[in-house]
Amino acid sequence: MVQAKRKKVNSELDINRSWCKGCGICIAFCPKEALFLDKTGKAKTSHEKCTICGICETFCPDFAISLVERRLSN
Amino acid sequence: MEQLTQDFLRTKKLPHIWCPGCGNGIVTAALVRAIERTGFEQKDVVIVSGIGCSSRAAGYLNFNTLHTTHGRALAFATGLKMARPELKLFVIMGDGDCSAIGGNHFIHSARRNLDLNAIVVNNHIYGMTGGQHSPLTPTGKKATTAPRGTLEPAFDILELAKGAGATFGAKGTAAQPRQLEQLIQRAANHKGFSVVEALSTCPIAYGRRNKLGGAVDMLKEMKEKSISVERAAKVDESELEGKTLTGVLYSIDAPEYSEEYYKSIGKEIG
Amino acid sequence: MPESKPVLMQGNEACAVGAINAGVRFYAGYPITPSTEVAEQMAAKLPDLGGVFIQMEDEIASMAAVIGASIGGMRTLTATSGPGFSLKQENLGFAIMAEIPCVIVNVQRMGPSTGVPTAPAQGDVMQARWGTHGDHPIIVFAPSSVYESYYLTIAAVNLSQKLRQPIIVLLDEVIGHMREKVTIPEGKLMVERSSDKTVPADYKPYDEKGITPLVPFGFGHYYHVTGLFHDQYGFPTGDPPQVERALDRIHEKLEKYRDEIVLTNYIGHKEPRVAIVTYGCTVRSARAVVKKAYWQNRMPVGLLSLQTVWPFPAKEVEELAKQADVIIVPEMNMGQLVGEVERYAGSEAKVIPLNRYDGEMISPDQISEEVGRWL
Repeated sequence: MVQAKRKKVNSELDINRSWCKGCGICIAFCPKEALFLDKTGKAKTSHEKCTICGICETFCPDFAISLVERRLSN
Repeated sequence: MEQLTQDFLRTKKLPHIWCPGCGNGIVTAALVRAIERTGFEQKDVVIVSGIGCSSRAAGYLNFNTLHTTHGRALAFATGLKMARPELKLFVIMGDGDCSAIGGNHFIHSARRNLDLNAIVVNNHIYGMTGGQHSPLTPTGKKATTAPRGTLEPAFDILELAKGAGATFGAKGTAAQPRQLEQLIQRAANHKGFSVVEALSTCPIAYGRRNKLGGAVDMLKEMKEKSISVERAAKVDESELEGKTLTGVLYSIDAPEYSEEYYKSIGKEIG
Repeated sequence: MPESKPVLMQGNEACAVGAINAGVRFYAGYPITPSTEVAEQMAAKLPDLGGVFIQMEDEIASMAAVIGASIGGMRTLTATSGPGFSLKQENLGFAIMAEIPCVIVNVQRMGPSTGVPTAPAQGDVMQARWGTHGDHPIIVFAPSSVYESYYLTIAAVNLSQKLRQPIIVLLDEVIGHMREKVTIPEGKLMVERSSDKTVPADYKPYDEKGITPLVPFGFGHYYHVTGLFHDQYGFPTGDPPQVERALDRIHEKLEKYRDEIVLTNYIGHKEPRVAIVTYGCTVRSARAVVKKAYWQNRMPVGLLSLQTVWPFPAKEVEELAKQADVIIVPEMNMGQLVGEVERYAGSEAKVIPLNRYDGEMISPDQISEEVGRWL
């Protein structure tokens, strides 16, 4: 039996664009207004505003949002 | 969704067929997280569903899944559970599937108190077929088969279940997905027939016709109208007017059918 | 095979005993005349064998439960009569589509509707073929004695597993309620199921190539079961070539094993001029006629009795029509199987229906009178 660990540290928001249907629910329920719809109508994160609270992940009807380990960026 | 819960999804089958903003997706995600919380072995979990939008969830979940006939999910689940009492069954039904055509099986499943976890996804309408009223559609609401608003009163499905013998009843909403996840987990751990009524939203077939706004508006309204059992105990009666009580509404210990049956034939189970 | 002592057994009881000897350990049903004894026998016997008996809230739930239990890996059976058989049709169709093994016993009463619950008839023959909607395949056995009830139920249980095909055992009130001396053979009769160990990693429960044994739920093979048209893994599809192929495949299953499925018996003259084709309790009356006419009086008559009514024994009837000039088809209905006989006899033989639908058996005299007319 494996338990998933919900890490806040070293996590970031990942949005699966092929599953996201642009419903806007995550945007409406984000307490920090850190999400928006981009030009193609898919949800996108303003990473500087995001506090990785995970509320959007629970509200997404499309399973499109995940808190994932922060990718090493250059 | 987390990596682990992604294992519980048939990712190759996504994106799903539900409309943008459909509450059913939120409920299904909560179910998956709840299953993860229970710690049940993946091979022991079975999803049984009926016919309707919410019942399509079975096709997207990576377990043994059984998508049955309209209204009959609980009867199929009864056979499977009695044959294999060690399996953990989650039975997903829409409001029409469960309370209309499935009403008889619902009350008898409750009566037997067989350890099945019924999830009634209540979006107050028959969504898949375009928006006909169900026995859980509030009086006065419009549907394609009630263009002037339905005259019929609606069931209180958890009261009905309780009257029939269900030993665990909880109500959650798509607007409070964390609470819903916890309620489903508690239902799963309850030994006996458990019902979680998961209030959902159908912006397209129900919301539009009844001018309830879009997906976001319907969820906000749902959140506004809900009050948890815990909070309700602390506030004035007058504040509860028109509100929906959420949380565990009843939890009773009673003999569970499969255990009683196998005991009666001299076999200990689980 | 050593034989046990002969016992006096009721037809319904023989179904139950046959089912149990074939490994059935799950029964879900609802009381209905004249089938109730099957349920009562199962309720008495299954618990001692560690099996499950459950009286469900209605016939629809019973059908659903036997399918659910079968998916769980148990051999299952349910029994009913006309009104209940009508209720079961939707879920029967589901089992056929999802290819879940199970056996349904219908002890026919006089219908339509509530009819005469305690009177025999053979009025559900077409319903047994076409009761559930769509172009579905079905296997239907019709026992004409208590012993046939026993072994045709065993055949049904085993074939159902082998072919992943629901099978109907069509009794009538006469066979169901009569008592005859039966000698049940000793020894193991069950056909073994394939072991889980042979399951390939890429398990396809609906393999295009033919029939795959069903791996029950709970063993880590996460396939989907649905009544929608589906691909090899069970997932829904509406793609026309896949739909057509899927429908053809479930029919081809039966064609491939025809010789095991289509069971008939012929007694009488090798070159009959007048032949009788019938099934169920009417066989008994026809046999009495042939006994006298052929065995006693050496007349050119014969009886083709059909243990399998569906798939219809076309080949056997075609062969018979080449010999006989006249084929008489006595049925306790208004003429349901006679059309099939006509179809396959073609212009080779004249087909004469002999119908009775008043709740009484067709008597040997009625049949011999008709036979006499043509000799």
